[in-house]
Order: sequence, then C-alpha cells, then structure tokens
Amino acid sequence: MKKIYLDHAATTPVDKKVLKEMMPYFSRNFGNASSIHSFGQEASQAVEKARMQVSKYFNANLNEIIFTSGATESNNLAIKGVVKAYYKKEKKKPHVITTTFEHHCVLETVKKMEKENLIEATFVSPKKDGVIDARDIKNAIKPNTILVSVMYVNNEIGTVQPISEIGKLIKKINEANKLKAKSCKLFFHTDATQAVNYFDCNVEKLGVDLLSMSAHKIYGPKGMGVSYVKFGLDIARIQDGGAQEFGLRAGTLNVSGIVGLGSAIEKVKSQKSKVKSMVVLRDYLINKILKEIPDSRLNGSRIKRSPNNVNVNFSRVEGESLLMMLSVEGIFASTGSACSSGSLSPSHVLLALGLKPEETHGSLRLTLGKNTTKKEIDYAVKVIKKSVGKLRKVSGNVLKDYYKNKS
Amino acid sequence: MYSKKVLEHFTRPHNQGVIKNPSGVGMVGNPTCGDMMKIYIKVKKDAKKREVISDIKFETLGCASAIATSSMITDLAKNKTLEEASKITRNDVAEALEGLPPIKMHCSNLAADSLREAIRDYRGKK
Repeated sequence: MKKIYLDHAATTPVDKKVLKEMMPYFSRNFGNASSIHSFGQEASQAVEKARMQVSKYFNANLNEIIFTSGATESNNLAIKGVVKAYYKKEKKKPHVITTTFEHHCVLETVKKMEKENLIEATFVSPKKDGVIDARDIKNAIKPNTILVSVMYVNNEIGTVQPISEIGKLIKKINEANKLKAKSCKLFFHTDATQAVNYFDCNVEKLGVDLLSMSAHKIYGPKGMGVSYVKFGLDIARIQDGGAQEFGLRAGTLNVSGIVGLGSAIEKVKSQKSKVKSMVVLRDYLINKILKEIPDSRLNGSRIKRSPNNVNVNFSRVEGESLLMMLSVEGIFASTGSACSSGSLSPSHVLLALGLKPEETHGSLRLTLGKNTTKKEIDYAVKVIKKSVGKLRKVSGNVLKDYYKNKS
Repeated sequence: MYSKKVLEHFTRPHNQGVIKNPSGVGMVGNPTCGDMMKIYIKVKKDAKKREVISDIKFETLGCASAIATSSMITDLAKNKTLEEASKITRNDVAEALEGLPPIKMHCSNLAADSLREAIRDYRGKK
C-alpha cells in the first residue's frame, strides 16, 4: 500500500543528512558539554557551532540563543520568565496580551497564570480569515501591559500573522513610554514554530524580543527547540539547576539534538527556493478539493497562508472518522474534530474563526512537506473524495432529519 | 487505538441505510457534540407470537467508534425479541467490539440509547 504523509505540521522526518551529523554525538563524542576535559570540550564545540548556525538564521547574537526541549518549553520560558522577572521589581499585577487561537502551550500557560491571579490577560480574536488585526492588539494595550504574544503562523489553519507590523507598533509605544518616563517596558514574543521553514525570521525585521521554535518541524529531531531572548531583556529562569544556557535553562545539554537543530536550520535556507513550487502545489490541492468534492470549504485566508497548509471543511462528515478512513487507505492527515482530541472539545482555532461547534467537526488539515509530489496530491484527493462520499452515505439524512425535527 | 473489530465494522458497516415504513425510529445525539445516530426497526411477531426485530438499519454521523457501535448494535439486536433487545447495554456493545478506548465509551452509549428510543417509539405508536 502507498503511504502518503500529509501531516508535516505535526512533525517532519529527520533529514538523512541531519541524522548523519547527529550520529557521532550519541556514543562516540558523548561528553557532557559542561565538562572541562576533552570529551566535554568536543561536545561544547559542537554546541557552539550549532548556536552559531541558529543565531545566523535569526540574525541574533550568540548569547541570545537558548537551547530548550522544544517550543512548548520555549513558550513557557518566555511567558513565565518575563512575568517572574517583573515581580522581582514590581508588585502591581501585570497584563499580558495573546490571541484566542495560539497553540495550547501558550494559551494554557497564560490561562493558568490568570487563574493563579498572577496576571491579567486579554485574548484577542482573529478576523474571520484567521488573521489578527494589529489594531486590535494596539487597542488591548493597557498601562500595565508587559507582554504581547502572537504566533507567527497558526498551526491548524496556516494563516500568517502580521508580526513585523505588531513589532513596529510595540516599538513605537515603547519609545513614547520612554519619553513619558514610564517604567513598564512592553515585550513582544512570537511562537514561530510553524514559520521557520517558510518565512523570514530575522528578529530585527520582526521587531520581536522573544521567539520560540521547535526542531522537529524543520526536519530536525524531536525534543529540541530554541528560545531567542533579546540581550538585556529582563527574564527569570523557570527551571532551577545548573548554570547552563547563560543561566536561563538548567539541565545537561542535549548535544546530539542541538547538533541536529543547527544542521536542520542551516538547511532551511537552501530549501527556500522550493517554497514557490510548494505554493503552486498547495493551491492545486485547494482548488482540486473545492472543485471535486461538493460542500467543501477552505478554513482561513487563502492568501495570507503558509505554503504547506490546507485546511478544509466537509459538511455532513465527522473529521475523526474521515481521518481513520484515510489512514486505512494510506493517507495520513489531521483534523480539528472534537472526537479526535483527547478532551472531546472542538478545535479552539476553528471556534476562534467564528465557526459553530457543529461546523468544526468535518475539518481536515493536510500539510505538505518538501518531498510531497503532485502525483501524491492527485492520489490523496481521489481517496479523500471516495472517503467523504462513503461517510456521507453512512450519515444519510441524519443531520437534515435532526433540523427538521427541531423546527 | 481501535480494535480490529472496530475497524472492521467502521470500514464495512453492517445494516447501514434506511427502512421504509419502519415500525419504530430512534434518534440520539446532537450536531454540537458531533455524534448523531438514527436507528430504524421493523417489528414482526414470530411463531410464538413474540415481538421480534425482523430488520434494523442505521444512519450515523460521527467518529469511527460511533459508526462501529451503530453497526454492532444492529447485529446484536437483529432477530431478537423487543424484550431481549432493550436489555442490550453499552458494555455489551463495547465487548462485542473487543473493547473501545475509554474516551469513546459514550459512543456505544449512544447506540444502546438509540435502539431503546426506537423500541419506545414503536411501543408508543401501538
């Protein structure tokens, strides 16, 4: 059976060249990067080489790159770390702004801190097209706002957020506050996990103070990530232990993972020429689905969209069963359906777009990878069409009857 | 995460469809939750004058587990007396499917409820 993986926003395979570079750091050069002897120094040199590769990519300084276990930890560090550092100097409750459709690791962090009475929080909703309006962020800013966190690319619907526009806005506000001798500085954080592969992540251009990413979304290893923390920014560590990573992230360095991340991020640049052809392939897939499968609709902006993301809705179909049927046929995708989530609640991202719960169940996310071919897309659409038809047959008129009985 | 039996019934559901002029119909679930089930039954008297489900069909909009439990309950209820059929529990359905993931147990609940609803509908009409 053919196996077509269209879930690259969930994770990517480790690139073979990346894996090759990682291999020596498991059994041969196994040293602890904190050790002074030659084993340790070898490991430390490999780590510093990777730090160079990463810092180059983000146009950052070496001491602004913190290696973590992934974007979840990076996001936790950015948000909790800034708030913790704030409380070392101030007593008044600070205010944090984020969006309603962030990844859970941002949303849950902010919600929990709000519940614990540590912060006031505002959750800005995107417009119907899945894009945040920078003016809504501006309007949410209060005198006690210390942090704005907006994701670069939404992981579910692939919409691209106006990060540099918000960055400029925050810079302006900070400059004005400086003149007024206001003490509260506003920091800007972005979760760039889904953006690194395809979009400019120059931190200067974006105007961000903090940025998070994960290696496994860019053909690197799982369990590896980065926190970019602007030099001089007031942040406290959230995990105690040794003095690794400029005192910001305690714990023995994952040397092989770090080497893999460095190698993977270096390869992103060389792949950027392929982005255009991926956009063509993505649009081909969107058009083919909307044309060939009745009652289907695209979720999120068509234009402000990641090159790899297609998220469609099929009415009268439940996403989890569609996913299972596709999986049986060798097509691997993802859904925002409640039935597929551990919590049995519908996708917060689709709800944030203003969809009703019953409109979220039939969603299907297909995310392309660097090796996805047109042939694979053609086959996938054929199978999706067949599966949607089959499931619609199973559901018959049940939905129509329900509304008929109700009225 | 699903048993082989669940996948079997999901990919090739038994007794899927509609009964024209059914003796009873039961519909449970709602579009917000995502799982909706409709069960049609045809009731006939057997040689011993007992009321028996002679035919049963279903329509289901829902996850793989909801479809599999619908299919399974039609198998379990077919040719049973109303008395026997109304005693089918969600555990019977889950067991016949060689188990369901804990979080999916409510789907098998729906199937048993839907059948009971269809029997109630039939009895109400009498």
